[in-house]
Amino acid sequence: MPVPSLPGAALRSLLPFLVGAPILVAVQALAPPEQAIILVNLGVNVILAVSLNVVNGFTGQFSLGHAGFMAVGAYTSAKITVAMAGFDIAGLPPSLSDPLVFALALAAGMAMAALAGFVVGLPSLRLRGDYLAIVTLGFGEIIRVVIENTRFLGQATGIPGLPPRTNLVWVGMGAIGTIAMARRLGGSSHGRAMLSIREDEIAAEAMGVDTTGYKVRAFVIAAAFAGLAGGLLVHYILLVSPRMFTFVRSMEVVAMVVLGGMGSVTGSVLAATVLTVALEWLREVEGWRMVMYALLLIVLMLTRPEGIFGTREIWDLWPRLFKRRAKAA
Amino acid sequence: MRTSTPFAVLALALAALGCQKKQGAEGGEAAASAALTPNAGSGTGKILIGHVASLTGDKATFGQSTDRGVRLAVTEANAAGGVKGRQLEVKTLDNQGKAEESAIAATRLVSQDRVTVLLGEVASTNSLAMAPIADRYQVPMVSPSSTNPKVTKDGARTRPYVFRVCFIDPFQGTVMAKFARETLKLDKVAVLRDVGSDYSMGLADYFIEKFKALGGTIVDDQSFKAGDPDFKAQLTAIKNRSPQAVYVPAYYGDVALIARQARELGMKQPLMGGDGWDSAKLFEIGGKAVDGCYFSNHYSHEDPEPRIQSFVKKYAQTYGEVPDGLAAQGYDAAKVAIAAMKAAKDLSGAAIKDALAATKDYPGVTGVITIDSDHNAVKPAVVLEVKNGAAHFVATVKP
Amino acid sequence: MTQFLQHLVNGLSLGTIYALIALGYTMVYGVLKLINFAHGDVYMVGAYSGFYLANALGVEKEPTLVKAGIVFVGSMAICGALGYVIERFAYRPLRHRARLTALITAIGVSFLLEYGFQLPSWPGLPIPFPPGPTPRFFPTPFARVEWNVLGVSLSNYDVISLLVAVAFMVALQLIVYRTRFGTAMRAVSFDPQVAGLMGIPVNRIISGTFVLGSMLAAVAALLVAGSRPRIDPLMGLMPGLKAFVAAVFGGIGNVPGAMVGGLALGLAEEYVAGYTVSSYRDAIAFAMLILVLLVKPEGLFGRSRAEKV
Repeated sequence: MPVPSLPGAALRSLLPFLVGAPILVAVQALAPPEQAIILVNLGVNVILAVSLNVVNGFTGQFSLGHAGFMAVGAYTSAKITVAMAGFDIAGLPPSLSDPLVFALALAAGMAMAALAGFVVGLPSLRLRGDYLAIVTLGFGEIIRVVIENTRFLGQATGIPGLPPRTNLVWVGMGAIGTIAMARRLGGSSHGRAMLSIREDEIAAEAMGVDTTGYKVRAFVIAAAFAGLAGGLLVHYILLVSPRMFTFVRSMEVVAMVVLGGMGSVTGSVLAATVLTVALEWLREVEGWRMVMYALLLIVLMLTRPEGIFGTREIWDLWPRLFKRRAKAA
Repeated sequence: MRTSTPFAVLALALAALGCQKKQGAEGGEAAASAALTPNAGSGTGKILIGHVASLTGDKATFGQSTDRGVRLAVTEANAAGGVKGRQLEVKTLDNQGKAEESAIAATRLVSQDRVTVLLGEVASTNSLAMAPIADRYQVPMVSPSSTNPKVTKDGARTRPYVFRVCFIDPFQGTVMAKFARETLKLDKVAVLRDVGSDYSMGLADYFIEKFKALGGTIVDDQSFKAGDPDFKAQLTAIKNRSPQAVYVPAYYGDVALIARQARELGMKQPLMGGDGWDSAKLFEIGGKAVDGCYFSNHYSHEDPEPRIQSFVKKYAQTYGEVPDGLAAQGYDAAKVAIAAMKAAKDLSGAAIKDALAATKDYPGVTGVITIDSDHNAVKPAVVLEVKNGAAHFVATVKP
Repeated sequence: MTQFLQHLVNGLSLGTIYALIALGYTMVYGVLKLINFAHGDVYMVGAYSGFYLANALGVEKEPTLVKAGIVFVGSMAICGALGYVIERFAYRPLRHRARLTALITAIGVSFLLEYGFQLPSWPGLPIPFPPGPTPRFFPTPFARVEWNVLGVSLSNYDVISLLVAVAFMVALQLIVYRTRFGTAMRAVSFDPQVAGLMGIPVNRIISGTFVLGSMLAAVAALLVAGSRPRIDPLMGLMPGLKAFVAAVFGGIGNVPGAMVGGLALGLAEEYVAGYTVSSYRDAIAFAMLILVLLVKPEGLFGRSRAEKV
């Protein structure tokens, strides 16, 4: 691969956003409301799945506390946008000031979630596998219990009346950003170091990889993007409440990651899409909905035990499929 | 690959089901690409009533009860000729008891299915997620049992399209505080609330406020989490403060266990609660332990009023069980909405909303309902005492 | 002082629930290294099996020891069969895959049982099955006796549950260390492949472990439901999670560890809720677990295996 020149590299990194933006604006303008809200939900799930993939997929650590980070990001950004509603930065008109405030609020939510990720990531220095899983799950639950007990955060009711700030463009950009982050991280030397920890921690350490440092970094990155997902979701629903962030939510995200294939970014995107859309269709069957969902989960896992794409990406897989087809013909 | 064949078949079956559903969704898309409002204002087909309910998840028992009440009301209305010569149909979408899912379900009902009115939800947090959608798309929404005052409010403004047929927390909490202080003449009361439920938290807060204002003392304020198997830690702590009664604003399943465990610890004090207690399961699970307890409710099953007796009888005939409070409220929410549709000059959202706001002295099962300027139902509360496995009328408290 | 003792009794009684469920968790984990997330739901199925059996026998009207025995044995049989089916169809096909894969099917099975039991009853069945989401009253399998010792109330259920839990712990320990089945279990746990080469029927041993663990869940469910007679389809969710925490706390895979972990968790929750802020009950239970794991990453009784390079 030729090394791109500096402006070329900048362009390449911006390309997904430049291509995505007009498409998102068009979809935003054309999509009927029920499609829009489903797409927002889908985008949020993509962000969650892809970001959790950095911990569970790339680094091979088992985190069950993603909903907790989501809660931190959601509450932080909600508090900021509510406090800043009707307040214009530097005398800008609301049409400019509001998105700016929202962007700052999301950034603050990501920062707070990253901080929480750092605190939770620290135990991963000592814990492995299921022990780490239970500690992250515990942290997630602690975060929720603290929120339920804090009057400032609205206790069980949560905070209603958030300003409507999220739209498809915001969520789409967030999802593109998360996917781009994961792709570029996966291709970088940092990503390789994380993958080496997943494959063989002892060997990685022997090769001079700072295993503890990379584990904590993975947690921080994943948490920050979970915080972004939380912030985006609640500004579309216009409500943030603790019941949105139970450990069942974390388990759903883990299911997306495993179903997509550990470490496969496109797999996570596809799995998030399949599960979100399936749940949406199944809404029609009323009480049977979750039963069908559970069956879908089991059947998909049994038929594709290594995940939809395994550890590969979609472009690694297509040529193989084509080859096999050619052979059959 | 021997074992994978049956799974592949199952997967195919699932996929087929998915495709079927997809066609439905696409049909909806085509319909929704037309202008969104006015919805179903004219036409001769069925009038669609949307219901958002938790048919699955940890709140499923409440959602399913409410849905049964709603469907009973609609069946009755259809038998009586429907509304403006058209039959009614209920479409229920599941929300798993989650706020974000409620928003999606409400949006789908409103914009894809183009429902005429929206019913739901039980939990206030879920109704809070639905309320902005009702307002935005100008579809009247009637909540059967969301008691948080904020549900019908957008800041200081009343949401024009959002209504409810139940009490709000301040009223019900105050009723019980007054009853405890003035009728039972209690001085020292402890509170045990469900920390994860906005309903329980709201009632407890208003109860404490009023009880203190009336000169009583709250000796302990403990909390639990719904679904816990054991409440003895909190009860032992409460017992040690020797209150004269314990206020437990929670749902019947937990209350029944709390009552049992309180008696096991030798606590003889009466428990007090709110309309979440209203279910035959309270007496079945609680047994003798709930005897002598008091709770506030919308109505009494014993009320000889024919409309109440006929509702209880019809519900039992249709579903084979005694209706609980949520079924009655679902029934009333649908009834009030249907009455408003009949009274409205046409079936546009604006007309129905005006008719709902004008609801006055509607004879519902859960009381005579008048909608006030905040879109809350104003109706008297009754206080019931549990004796020998049934709730008996003690007093009526006017708003 | 009375309050302190009462909390002690309550805490042990609560801890016994966790311990009974945790024993099943830890058995399965010890052999398969699989977190069986569906274990809490097998526990729920155990409670419902007991419910249907007891109602069919009319236990509520005249409880006898024979009927209680039938209820216990019947529920254990049903749960054992369920455990076998789950293992055979949801876990065995994935045994040689990454461990997380089986975890996802475990979550799937857990959802399937929870939401399946929440469905409205099918018409035409002699029993209301599925039971639906409404909580049900569980008929008392044998009479409850309350004692009052020095102002501390205590019931025969608390005592029997604790004794049963201890008996099971001892029995499991004996099975694991004193029988051929146990020896085979340990061999499979150590290295399934080599165990297979040595002529140990690996599949049968793993199935047996699942059946045993599921039967334990049934007993736990009946003891718990007998004294706290409300059952619903999601009743296994939180106790299952807490039991998992207890098993990890004691060192997962270790039988006495599960017992001690369960009791410790119960006591900790009890004293936290009784003496400090009860709304932080769960948070403090988890915080305590995290602290213990930070000091001793393998849990209280877990062995740290040397890392092989």
